Amino acid sequence: MMRHRPLIATIGVFILLTAIASLRYKGFFSTAVFLDLFRDNAFLGIAAIGATFVILSGGIDLSVGAVIGFTSILIATLVETYRWPPPIAIVAALGIGSVFGAGMGVLVAKFRIPPFLVSLAGMFLARGLGLTLSLQSIELKNPFFAAISDHPYALPILFLATFGVGLGLLHLRPFGRNVVAIGGREESARLMGVPVDRTKVGVYALAGFCSALAGVAYTVYTGAGNANGGTLLELDAIAAVVIGGTLLTGGVGGLVGTLFGVLTLGVIQTAITFEGTLSSWWTKIAIGGLLLAFIVGQRLAEGKRMRE
Amino acid sequence: MKAWVWALIALVALLLLNAATTSGFFAIKMVDGHLYGSLVDIFQHAAPVIIVGLGMTLVIATGGVDLSVGAVVAIAGTLAALLIGKGFALATVLTAVLATGLALGLVNGLLVSVGRIQPIVATLILMVAGRGVAQLLSDGQILTFTNPGLVFFGNGHILGLPFALWIVALLLLLMSLFTRGTAFGMFVETVGDNPVAARFTGIDARGVLLTVYTVTGLCAAVAGLVIAGQTNAADANNAGLYLELDAILSVVLGGTALTGGRFTLVGTLLGALVLQTLTTTILTKGVAVELTLVVKAAVVLAVCLIQSPEFRVHVFRKRPA
Repeated sequence: MMRHRPLIATIGVFILLTAIASLRYKGFFSTAVFLDLFRDNAFLGIAAIGATFVILSGGIDLSVGAVIGFTSILIATLVETYRWPPPIAIVAALGIGSVFGAGMGVLVAKFRIPPFLVSLAGMFLARGLGLTLSLQSIELKNPFFAAISDHPYALPILFLATFGVGLGLLHLRPFGRNVVAIGGREESARLMGVPVDRTKVGVYALAGFCSALAGVAYTVYTGAGNANGGTLLELDAIAAVVIGGTLLTGGVGGLVGTLFGVLTLGVIQTAITFEGTLSSWWTKIAIGGLLLAFIVGQRLAEGKRMRE
Repeated sequence: MKAWVWALIALVALLLLNAATTSGFFAIKMVDGHLYGSLVDIFQHAAPVIIVGLGMTLVIATGGVDLSVGAVVAIAGTLAALLIGKGFALATVLTAVLATGLALGLVNGLLVSVGRIQPIVATLILMVAGRGVAQLLSDGQILTFTNPGLVFFGNGHILGLPFALWIVALLLLLMSLFTRGTAFGMFVETVGDNPVAARFTGIDARGVLLTVYTVTGLCAAVAGLVIAGQTNAADANNAGLYLELDAILSVVLGGTALTGGRFTLVGTLLGALVLQTLTTTILTKGVAVELTLVVKAAVVLAVCLIQSPEFRVHVFRKRPA
């Protein structure tokens, strides 16, 4: 019960916000709004799943938004300029994203360069390469993307499927236990025989894959390739993970919390849209306030536990 | 060997490359009593990053990081433009802006020192919310101003040199005196190196942390004034965007380790100049602007790899000499 307290708090805040919004705005409590919640936040959610693994391992990935932008412009260029079939372009983009992530993982694991700096370089590289492909956004005329985008369940299913696979990876495979062990205390994990370096490379490769997959969702969602897409999305992803109760020090947390963290951010966004008169910057202020409340709350709970 | 030697070598190499390929690169002209030239431009453009970077150096030396400086820059610039537009006197505006920077830095410091919250999380809050606050103040608009006093921060000259350069010099001098002339610098390094040992030595770690974050908030406010002055406008959406990353990068390029401990203020100055010279070089060489980011990525990786002991063992010692 103690272990699940942050998670319960996250779910509680989500339910509370939804209840307030439902009472306040007519038509908020409806299937359409909830379906849109999963649809509009699919790319953020998928990116946050990758970010959860990285943060659980005690690292951080700043390249998320840039990889989304790169993937989006890469797919659009391959499909519209070079006439590649969309599925092959998508598979290629996912492959490149994974290799990109694995490369960052090697730099973190083998050369002990702080993840902050490695992923900062990764962010510059991905954004720069994306802009080199095309400065302008490219509209996707291929019917493949419109077909997926028009399907109301396609993006929500992709989001929840990624979540399911992530959950399995975290709780049913040795990989998940190794990630948490490394985040808890790397030296102990190494002494216990956890393959630290291999796991770290895997974590960043997984995060790269998730970012690229989020880029695919973003491309489908916007119907265009845009090298500037996903700017600062890594911050939203990190915020969702933190609100979900995962500690940035690593070793503590999980994916269910992240799911509700993403949904909480989504509800705030939707409520502000419903309010109508509030400008979009209130979203940022609300997210900042929520972050503050959660982190201070976690601190207080921890302090209480220590005294007990 | 000083920690900032690598940054100095990189800077000299970049400058020589420019001198060899661009005629008159080092030329400095006197026009209307102001000095003009590529070198002055580089300094002028690098000024905001240097100003923020000096504060950031101390924060990083304590083992922390401050992600909120870009947001503080946006708030400072917007507040200045807003208040001057409402007809307040320049002195009042400057006091208000600097006090705001001080207060925001203090909040970060309180969260990190008293709240014992991880610096990256504590400052993430202000990074996310701060830009929203700036946009709220400006109503999402770009606020322009013509007040000569505010414009002076970005475009003014004293004795032929840009005012921003004087600010950099003054800050560097004050902070060097404060950290190296007193024991404060050593306290900072001790807190960053080993917080537990620092506590047993009787160092007031809480006070040290509060001070460095507050100083950084103040630096960010000054940088916000310089950036607003350079463009005669406050742009809440874009002012100071990614500035925190450039500042952190300058600190690391200068030879201060991200893990805390030893720090060098001169190194940060050199690091910021390397970054700006690199950007200027790419621009004057007619290389596509979008490649700037790719080159930046390569430089960051190269410097990180050179500073990584594991990499040096891998590359330099395995080969038979």
